[in-house]
Amino acid sequence: MPAALPPRRHRPVALTLSTALLAASAGPVLAQKTAADGIAEYRAMLADGNPAELFEAKGEDLWKKKRGPKNASLEACDLGKGPGVVKGAWVELPRYFSDTKRVQDLESRLLTCMETLQGFNAAEIVKQPFGKGEMPNLEALSAWISAESRELRFNLPQRHPEEKRLYELGKRAFFYRGGPMDFSCATCHGQPDKRIRLQDLPDLRSNPGDGVGFAAWPAYRVSAGELWSMQHRLNDCYRQQRFPYPGYASEATIALGVYMGVNAKGALSIAPAIKR
Amino acid sequence: MNKTALSWLGAALAVGGLGLLAGCASPPTSAELDAQFRAMMAGSFRDEGIAKVDRLQQDANQAACSSEHAPDATTLKRLEEAALATLQPPRDGVYLGDWKEGEKLAQNGRGLTWTDKSTATSANGANCYNCHQITKAEISFGTIGPSLYHYGKLRGVADPAAPNARPIVEYTWGKLWNASAYNACTLMPRFGHKGLLDEQQIKHVMALLLDPKSPVNAD
Repeated sequence: MPAALPPRRHRPVALTLSTALLAASAGPVLAQKTAADGIAEYRAMLADGNPAELFEAKGEDLWKKKRGPKNASLEACDLGKGPGVVKGAWVELPRYFSDTKRVQDLESRLLTCMETLQGFNAAEIVKQPFGKGEMPNLEALSAWISAESRELRFNLPQRHPEEKRLYELGKRAFFYRGGPMDFSCATCHGQPDKRIRLQDLPDLRSNPGDGVGFAAWPAYRVSAGELWSMQHRLNDCYRQQRFPYPGYASEATIALGVYMGVNAKGALSIAPAIKR
Repeated sequence: MNKTALSWLGAALAVGGLGLLAGCASPPTSAELDAQFRAMMAGSFRDEGIAKVDRLQQDANQAACSSEHAPDATTLKRLEEAALATLQPPRDGVYLGDWKEGEKLAQNGRGLTWTDKSTATSANGANCYNCHQITKAEISFGTIGPSLYHYGKLRGVADPAAPNARPIVEYTWGKLWNASAYNACTLMPRFGHKGLLDEQQIKHVMALLLDPKSPVNAD
C-alpha cells in the first residue's frame, strides 16, 4: 500500500483485501466456484478503492508538467490520434507512426515524445531498471493514458504494412520456445481454460473477453504494491519464462503487443485494473 | 502516381533494401519474416544475472515446437526417438527416494530466472503444482498438465520394487528425465536432460508419485 494513500480510503481497502484472502483459503467454498469467479469478485470488492487512481493522478500531472532539458510538457505529444489527443489512444496501440517510421507501443511512443518535446535521452532511460529514474513516471503516464480509454474497445489498426509485419513477428515471438525450461508465451497462454496454481490464464491467441488479458493491463499489482505498465508485465512474463532480459520498449516487446492487441480486438479495456 | 509507377517504385526500393520501411513493396515472405524475426530477437534481449542471451538459441525440439501448428508426424517421431535415446536410468538402479522431499520439490516453483542467484540444481524447484494436481490437500494447483492425484494407485503400483511395476516406474522416470521422449512438443520441462534437477531430486519426485505411502496414493 503506498504511503500516500489517503487515510479515509486505507481502512476499507485493507478490510476487503483480508476478506478476499480469507475466501481464497476456504477450500470447500472455492471448490464450488471457479477461480475466475473468485477473481471477478475480488476485483469488484476492490473496484472502489483501486490504488491505480493515485498513479493516474500522478500521470496526468506529469503529462501537463513542464519537465526535462527543454522545460516542456507532453501536451503536444501525438499518441496516434493527433497531437494532445489522449482519449481513445490506448485501445489503438501499438500502431505505426509516420514521423518515426516504425510501429510503437504506448511506452516507446512516450519515450519519443520525452526526447523530442522535453529533451530527455531515451537511450539512457531504457537502461534504467523498473522503479528507478524515469521508469515510475512512464508507468504513471501509462496509468493515466490507459484510464482515458477505460470502457473503450480494442481496435488496433492493421492497415500499414509495418503493422502487419509486426503482427507476424509478434506471433513468432509468442510461440518461440527457448531457455532451460523450453517455455514460450504459448506454454501458458496458448490454450483456453487453463490456470497456473489458482491463477486463470487468458488464451492470448484470441480475444479472451472484456477486461481479461491484454485488456486488463496496466494494473495495480497488490502483491508488488505498484502500478505495472504493459512493458513491466511483459518483462515479468519473460523472467518467469527463464528468458534473458527483454529491453524496455524493444522491438520484440512491441511486436508481442501488436500480436496480443490485434487478437484482443473488440475487448473492453478496464485498465488500469487491479491484480493480486 | 499510377499503379505501374507504384509497383516500379516498390521493386526499386526492395532492391535497395528499403522496401519494408517504404510500405510500397509486396509483403515479406515467410522466410524473410523468419530472418527478420531472428534479428529482432537478437536485438531485443540482453544478459541479466544468470539468464544469458544464449538461452535464446534453440535445440531441435524447441525449434520444431515454436509455431502455432504442431510439426508433421515424421518430425515428431524423429524427435521422440532422439529424446528416448537421451534417457539415463539412475546409476545405482534405485528409482525412488523420499516422498516428503518430493513434496517439497513439487511445491517449489523457484529457479533459473534472472533474479535467482545460482544455476545449481539445488537452487531449483520442480514446479509440479504450477501445472498439476498432485495431493488432495493442496488446492492451489494448475491445470496445464493432467491431474497426478492417485498416480501410482491408478496404474496399479502396489509395490514400486516389484517386477510388474517396472514398466510404470521406468516410464515415469523417463517422463521426468526427458518428457519429449513420449511427446516431442510436450509443455513439460525436460528435468534430467536439461540439468534442471539431479538424479536424487528426480528420485524424490518419483517417490511422491509412486510410493504407496505418499499422499498422492495413500489419501
